[in-house]
Amino acid sequence: MLAWTIYLSFFGVALLMLLPGLSARGARVLALLTASGGLLVALAGAVQHSHGPFPVTVARVPWIQALGIDYHLAVDGISLTLLVLNGLAAVAGILFSWNIEVRTREFFAFYLALIGGVYGVFLSFDLFLLFAFYEVAIIPKYFLIAIWGSTRKEYGAMKLALYSFVGSAMVLVGLIAAYVAAGSHGFDLNQMSQFVFPESFQFWAFPVVFVGFAILAGLWPFHTWAPTGHVAAPTAASMLLAGVVMKLGAYGALRVAMTLFPAGLRAWQGSIAVLAVIGIVYGAMVALVQKDFKFVIGYSSVSHMGFVLLGLMTLEVTGLSGAVLQMFSHGIIAGLLFGVVGRMVYDRTHTRELSELEPMSLGQALPFAGVTFVIAAVASMGLPGFSGFVAELSVLIGAWKAFPPLALCGGLGIVVGVAYLLRALQRAFFADHPPSPASAHPLEPISVPERIGAMLLIGVSLLIGLYPRLLLDLIVPSWQSPLFAQLRREAGL
Amino acid sequence: MSSGNYVELLQQAGPETLVSVAALAVLFVDLGVMRSEPARNRRLIAAAVSAFGCLAALLWTFNMPLPHAVAPGLLVVDPLTQLVKQVLLVLTLFTAAISLDAAFTDHVGEYFSLLLLATVGMMFLVSSDDILMVFVSLELTSLSLYILTAFNKRNPRSAEAALKYFLFGGMAAAFTLFGLSLLYGLSGTTSLAGISAGLRGKGLDPLLAVALVMTVIGFGFKIAAVPFHLWAPDTYQGAPIPVAALIASGSKVASFFIFAKVMMVGFAGVEGSGSWGALVPGWVPVLAVMAVFSMLLGNLGAIAQSSVRRLLAYSAIAHGGYMLLGLLAAGHAPTRHQGIAAVVYYAATYGLTTVGAFGVVAAVGGAGERDGLRDFAGLSRRAPALSLCLLVFMLSLAGIPPLAGFFGKFYVFTAAAGAQPAHLGLLWLVIFAIAMSAVSLYYYLQVLKQVYVAAADADAQPVKASLSDQIALSLLALAVLLLGALPQPLLLERLEAAARLVAP
Repeated sequence: MLAWTIYLSFFGVALLMLLPGLSARGARVLALLTASGGLLVALAGAVQHSHGPFPVTVARVPWIQALGIDYHLAVDGISLTLLVLNGLAAVAGILFSWNIEVRTREFFAFYLALIGGVYGVFLSFDLFLLFAFYEVAIIPKYFLIAIWGSTRKEYGAMKLALYSFVGSAMVLVGLIAAYVAAGSHGFDLNQMSQFVFPESFQFWAFPVVFVGFAILAGLWPFHTWAPTGHVAAPTAASMLLAGVVMKLGAYGALRVAMTLFPAGLRAWQGSIAVLAVIGIVYGAMVALVQKDFKFVIGYSSVSHMGFVLLGLMTLEVTGLSGAVLQMFSHGIIAGLLFGVVGRMVYDRTHTRELSELEPMSLGQALPFAGVTFVIAAVASMGLPGFSGFVAELSVLIGAWKAFPPLALCGGLGIVVGVAYLLRALQRAFFADHPPSPASAHPLEPISVPERIGAMLLIGVSLLIGLYPRLLLDLIVPSWQSPLFAQLRREAGL
Repeated sequence: MSSGNYVELLQQAGPETLVSVAALAVLFVDLGVMRSEPARNRRLIAAAVSAFGCLAALLWTFNMPLPHAVAPGLLVVDPLTQLVKQVLLVLTLFTAAISLDAAFTDHVGEYFSLLLLATVGMMFLVSSDDILMVFVSLELTSLSLYILTAFNKRNPRSAEAALKYFLFGGMAAAFTLFGLSLLYGLSGTTSLAGISAGLRGKGLDPLLAVALVMTVIGFGFKIAAVPFHLWAPDTYQGAPIPVAALIASGSKVASFFIFAKVMMVGFAGVEGSGSWGALVPGWVPVLAVMAVFSMLLGNLGAIAQSSVRRLLAYSAIAHGGYMLLGLLAAGHAPTRHQGIAAVVYYAATYGLTTVGAFGVVAAVGGAGERDGLRDFAGLSRRAPALSLCLLVFMLSLAGIPPLAGFFGKFYVFTAAAGAQPAHLGLLWLVIFAIAMSAVSLYYYLQVLKQVYVAAADADAQPVKASLSDQIALSLLALAVLLLGALPQPLLLERLEAAARLVAP
């Protein structure tokens, strides 16, 4: 059934492309229906398959026998979590882009193509298929940013496309080499994860594939696409970029690099953990000095994704599960932050400069935006009760067991995180300024779709924050699946 | 050869015969009957006759008893050559379809007739099993293409392109002939199998090395591999667009196929090795070097182009480099059949894509044959269907799934990587190729950026693609999509089986 998440999305793309007479409103409704359908299917699938044993096969058909490739879709708790996240981000993104009037039909066609590609990656258990979906997701991002973006949009779009493509080129090298090294039998993940690659091979293949994926996860120093890309993108696209696409990178790194090459992972574990922590601290520090509101959030994404990568490197159940939980949590919270900055503020004020926002006292002009941002900010800081708290705490606990000094530095990142969010919050919404003539224009009130989207994301973050077992009961058993047999052996889990 | 064999020969060479007859029929109909009709009708009738000939030949290839050795040592007809000929016929059909709007010449009959004769040459080339046959068919193809390149007499570029193509081509033919004559001198026979038998165990003596280099130069010119690529950008830009499409598609398919055959069969035993740090002289390292430089120069050259046709020319050079990787794989025992199958799959799908891309360029450029990047600005709002087709073709060339270009690359790369499985000897080439294809995304996106992102110039002409163009281009786009998404049932099933027969 879960396969319908993919089919529905691409069906939506086809409908949007083939109905040239569709009005903007019709396109929006069609996209929302498709995305909601996808979310419902993902939720139903998560309930249906929650008992395991993982991995559960969803569909399997021989596809390209010449190279032993199957159309093989399957899930474990990790992919179920991310499928639900993708569904949520997709629906929220559409609600936050209800005001797109230029080439609406094309916008949602590209948007749904991206969503469909992401569903595909999370569902693929054949590495060729996974790679194909991973590449399918690159092109719509480019057009979404280049056509509907702002602020050096063509530069940001091309940079993102080339970074992604270079990353996927590295992955492709690793995949082909692994295919040949494993005897050219095929690309099935279950089979390949049982094959023990020679250690010398893993030593170079692991970093190639891991970094190839992690470029998209914002691994420092390959993160530079992220701030420019996020800032240039239209609201819905930055929600997806931060919310889902960065997770694509982290998921690929876990699903492919860490699963196939655990011995290589062992060798590089420390170095990558250091890079992850540098990303956490560096992202937070840079966010602290940004003048552009959206850049603050852009760099905060780099910082928070550092927690995901740090969690993955702990090789310890609490840390690993924390990393997956953080993927989900950051997807929701970053989506919300970008929604506020891009849609609620920028689309109304047409500026994102904090110094220009200060005199507008948006806290009074747009009270709903102010409150939403306060909630999103405290969730992002890791206030108990929100999902970010559980996730980052788990990562830090795991990291404390594996590398105590790095855990301390990571904790420092959280402190700086509080600082930059409070600074942005204060300057954008609650500046102590006399109302200036510029704010005399009443700003368009927050619309209903925006309110629904914001409520949805806040609700989910609270739900997971208060009852994390909803997801942890899916994630934790996944580490026991045969897929991770080699990883368990190597890490001594 | 007894007289009974002639009937058989005619039967086995039926497709070629049918196309030749069609070539003559086109001339006859156009010059004899249609002379005074309006040009559009003349083109329609000529294209219809050509299409009829190609379709008849296609049908014939599907209904022939196989496998069968005809005139042993001269021509060979096996499932693989049949498949490649079918590809060639389909490519010619589409070239004829996009020629329907080619208002650049009044010599309609001669144009279509030469198009078909070039195809006949390519088909014989594919079947050749003898170096004399190879040379004769090569010349038939080349001469037809030289004339076709010069066909637009209103455009001085066309004449310049033809002259360049002809001078380079003539020189290359001399090299080929010299190389082949040395082969004959060394082995005392002209049949490929005989040559390989005659040379067995001799190793790479200096004379054979000269023969090898000369032959490679000749074929390197045909496939526009660096450093024998200089004619390509000018020819692609100057030649009438449908002709450029045929040079980039059909001619490339046939040349690559015969190149692979001559190397695999004729030079069997002197492969050498292209492993990183352990080069052994032979044809594999020679082709490896050519592949590296083709990919490098093609991709970097394409970045700087502002004419889409020149961009496609440089990208064709780069794609030639990728295809050479498949040829290298075919030179190694573990991937012999996968290598040849990969070359054919890649060349066939690349041919379809590139005919499509040139078709769009022709439709956008109109009578003025404008092909600057700026001429594509805002195309998606002026001609949405055409833009969608171009999107498919460009992304396929860039290697984005689920399009044919993606699987083609993947297939070629896995073949090359698997050629020396023990120590991944050719992996360095695959790494280089993958890195270069990451570069290529940049310039394909430059075109698509104009089409989808940029706003149209105020004085931009409306784009009206004719019905025939629209049908042909949509079919091509659909084929590129389907061949990429479902390669196994559509092509690989037959291709792999046929390749296994030839290269067990």
